[in-house]
Amino acid sequence: MIDPVEAAVMPTEDRRETGSTGPGPRDEGVGSERAGGSRRSLTRAVPVAPAPARSDAPAVAPTSPRPRQDNPVLEAELDRRRTVGPEIHDAAPTGDIRTMWEEHLLNLRLVNPANRRRFKVIVVGTGLAGAGAAATLSELGYQVEAFPLHDAPRRAHSVAAQGGINAAKAYKADGDSVDRLFRDTVKGGDFRAREADVHRLSEMSVRVIDHMTALGVPFAREYGGQIATRSFGGVQVSRTFYARGQTGQQLQIAGSQQLLKEVGAGRLKLHTRQEMLDLIVADGRAVGIVARDMVTGDIVPHTAHAVVLATGGYGNVYFKSTLAKSSNVTATWRAHQRGAMFANPCMIQFHPTSLPLTSEWQSKLTLMSESLRNDGRVWVPREPGDDRAPEDIPEEDRDYYLERMSPSFGNLAPRDISSRAAKIQLDAGKGVGPLRNGVYLDFRDAIARLGRKTMEERYGNLLELYTDATGEDPYTSPMRIAPGPPFAMGGLWTDYNQMSNLPGLFVGGEASFNYHGANRLGANSLLSASVDGWFVLPWTVADYVAPLLGTDPVPHDHPAVTQAVAEARGRVEHLLGIGGTTGPDVYHKQLGELLTDHVGVERHAEGLAKGADAIKELKDDFWSNLRVVGHGQQLNQELERAGRLADYLELAELMALDALDRDESAGAHFRSEHQTEDGEALRDDERWTSTSAWEAAPPDGVPIRRSEPLTFDAVPLATRSYK
Amino acid sequence: MRLILEVWRQADATSPGRFERYEVDGVTDEVSMLELLDMLNAQLVAEGREAVAFDHDCREGICGSCGLMVNGQPHGPQDYTPACLQRVRTFSDGDVVTLEPWRAGAFPVVRDLVVDRSALDRIIASGGYISTATNAAPEALTQPVNKHQAEAAMDHAACIGCGACVAACPNGAAQLFTGAKVAHLAELPQGQVERYERVRSVVATMESEFGSCTNYGECVPACPAGIELDVIAHLNRDFRKAVVIERRGEVPQRTDVPWLARLRGGPWWQSDPGDAGDHTER
Repeated sequence: MIDPVEAAVMPTEDRRETGSTGPGPRDEGVGSERAGGSRRSLTRAVPVAPAPARSDAPAVAPTSPRPRQDNPVLEAELDRRRTVGPEIHDAAPTGDIRTMWEEHLLNLRLVNPANRRRFKVIVVGTGLAGAGAAATLSELGYQVEAFPLHDAPRRAHSVAAQGGINAAKAYKADGDSVDRLFRDTVKGGDFRAREADVHRLSEMSVRVIDHMTALGVPFAREYGGQIATRSFGGVQVSRTFYARGQTGQQLQIAGSQQLLKEVGAGRLKLHTRQEMLDLIVADGRAVGIVARDMVTGDIVPHTAHAVVLATGGYGNVYFKSTLAKSSNVTATWRAHQRGAMFANPCMIQFHPTSLPLTSEWQSKLTLMSESLRNDGRVWVPREPGDDRAPEDIPEEDRDYYLERMSPSFGNLAPRDISSRAAKIQLDAGKGVGPLRNGVYLDFRDAIARLGRKTMEERYGNLLELYTDATGEDPYTSPMRIAPGPPFAMGGLWTDYNQMSNLPGLFVGGEASFNYHGANRLGANSLLSASVDGWFVLPWTVADYVAPLLGTDPVPHDHPAVTQAVAEARGRVEHLLGIGGTTGPDVYHKQLGELLTDHVGVERHAEGLAKGADAIKELKDDFWSNLRVVGHGQQLNQELERAGRLADYLELAELMALDALDRDESAGAHFRSEHQTEDGEALRDDERWTSTSAWEAAPPDGVPIRRSEPLTFDAVPLATRSYK
Repeated sequence: MRLILEVWRQADATSPGRFERYEVDGVTDEVSMLELLDMLNAQLVAEGREAVAFDHDCREGICGSCGLMVNGQPHGPQDYTPACLQRVRTFSDGDVVTLEPWRAGAFPVVRDLVVDRSALDRIIASGGYISTATNAAPEALTQPVNKHQAEAAMDHAACIGCGACVAACPNGAAQLFTGAKVAHLAELPQGQVERYERVRSVVATMESEFGSCTNYGECVPACPAGIELDVIAHLNRDFRKAVVIERRGEVPQRTDVPWLARLRGGPWWQSDPGDAGDHTER
């Protein structure tokens, strides 16, 4: 339900703003900005030096300055694995961030309503972002063809988001505003997101709530009839809109109904159970897709004036993830292979409260809302290998490690920090449960304090879900939880128009990269998908297609089309023809283990290099020893899994490489060699205030890493601290 | 434990199907109905035989993809619970477990346990929405909603669209699904404008694709989202009102909803418009 914490912004910062903390080096910086009349300086922010300059409040333990030296061993290792390409500039307009989107809209080209039917747009994926874009473009009059993987648009993984959706409505007199949501998101992302895009996200959040309410989303209400909001732990305002613990489902249902409205009216063509296998690029532009009909097995091209990918995130690469089983990276990865840049692949968020595995056959991790941490206390036995039942472990033999490590936030420490702390305990052999892979989340004290009834009211459905899953009663013995990957901050690189570097290829929602930086703020995933789909893509797609008036989509006998189809068919035949002995799921589990070990909650250079090599070996084994039962001209779920895994194996290699290349810690990307003395992430703003955007390796070459430098004018660079 | 599975195998929509018998050993209590199929498939793949196709996705009870009859019961022996959250605990060593696709004429088999549920989407496409153009919405707070109504709307909106209600119904009727959508939108002020056109249109589609409801109520315990039977009463009530209102000529003759246009062809209640006068309840 509530996703309380990971939204946590820096308490030290907020205290600084209210002027309650003592002076520090950083305070002077802020003071001078304020003296300038605006918090936002118009000049480009000078990256501040690392640790010492950023310890801005007494609550932050002073960190010793670490002289940074280039690591020649690492450099050599990296040079073997990648090359560095030119920097990326001008991805977003310049000017005042507060009026940028409005001004930008004025500069976008328009298409006359009578001409819109002459343009065809393909939308791949009909989750929150895809359904919004497809329905809106269709309403406007464009010919839209939508391609969900599912049998019905309502089933996209957007349905699984529980907690809510942020919006800067400021319905409470608590000081919230568009700028505050913007600032919280930038900080929450540990200063690795693009400011301009994040500001637009915050601005449009207001429209999203209006729109969704009009579509019939039953947002929770107060007795007076106003829309209720709740707060997230750590964030000091109440801005999360929710529909019980099913917010994502309700938004997705509203979106898919709008999509079906267009289908019913005969304006939009919906192709269900279609999997995009390739992107068609002709003369440097994205002009269509190759899709496989998952029921008949037919592989055919579809061409259009523009292609929108809203195909979700790639967290499922870990196999044991909280994502839906069919979530995959194939659409975006194929686009990457055709020239689109892939940004920040190493940025994966781990959710600290998923259920640990209980059996070897458990197929996925179930996410439990973080709201549980409001009343639950997290602990492990003090001694490794303590086999006593949790009730029998006396107080003095328990280690409430989150409360110990982070006294002010305690059990509500943000996602990345909680996940990492749990991993430290598991690595020390203090894990609990039959597989020793979880930590306890204990409601004993809360039940004693508030009574069982209150707990049932607050968390009834979640605790039931836990009982369903484990057969244990969380009211009498503590729950077991463990970190699991739910969200990918990385994705295809896009400019301010949500267009990739391939003209005509638009990306929205989790499939793109631009809002969340190195760590996503809770309840911002539904927001980013909604904003992209309903309130950005319909405008920017029009801008792109406008000058193409009078042209037809590329004919199906164009060499680029026939070649893409032949290659897609060839890949499927290749997968079917390997003739090995091992099914795709076996490889997927192995890949997941490799990633969890080497590119997981905590990474380090040596492990990443080793991991990348191991993934490559696994990939070679996959291509020589895979078995896909059945044939291609039928509904063949083994074949689908094999195809997706083939792309996951390549992505995994790039994830390891990106994590190795980004020689700093930032948000969810925690490199153990870069931490403060207190074990917190230590950014390297001098070298890494940038997005890494990867170009696919040329034949016989290595991937090319390009950088988009980021500037933080409106929100000055600062250190997160949750002590 | 060791379980014996009787699984429906069917190559495609047109081929005849049959039950096949398999044994799965080493099943532990925590294994869900879907993981039981994962275990079976791992075994089949290792033997080089074709895996059983079944729909599944989120595996946490919210996407509505999964749907299979377990020993003749939709989703399995536990009431109000989707197959992905039902564990095999209730079985004992050596039990025979029958796994079939949804049984309903409106859901043709695609392959093995996978069925085509697009008929449900056609119901929605024919009117199960509120028409609002993007960017046209007023400020959300301009229309206050009573808390109880919002909660009731949420109860009805919780439907996950799995189709278990249809599979559970001896008539193969979709009243629970349709009623849930109609009741959800009718509870909210935003849904009032199109309320009566909506119910006419979705009922027409529903009746052309599904069987008729005779109030068995089998659908209710089968529903993983806990949709209650009163949505069917709601559906019937709104439908009758809609017919009356329409005969009075108070519903605009909409042309942009193909289903509505088709209805104008003259179903039974329009055969004698003269008797409309007695039904004056609004």
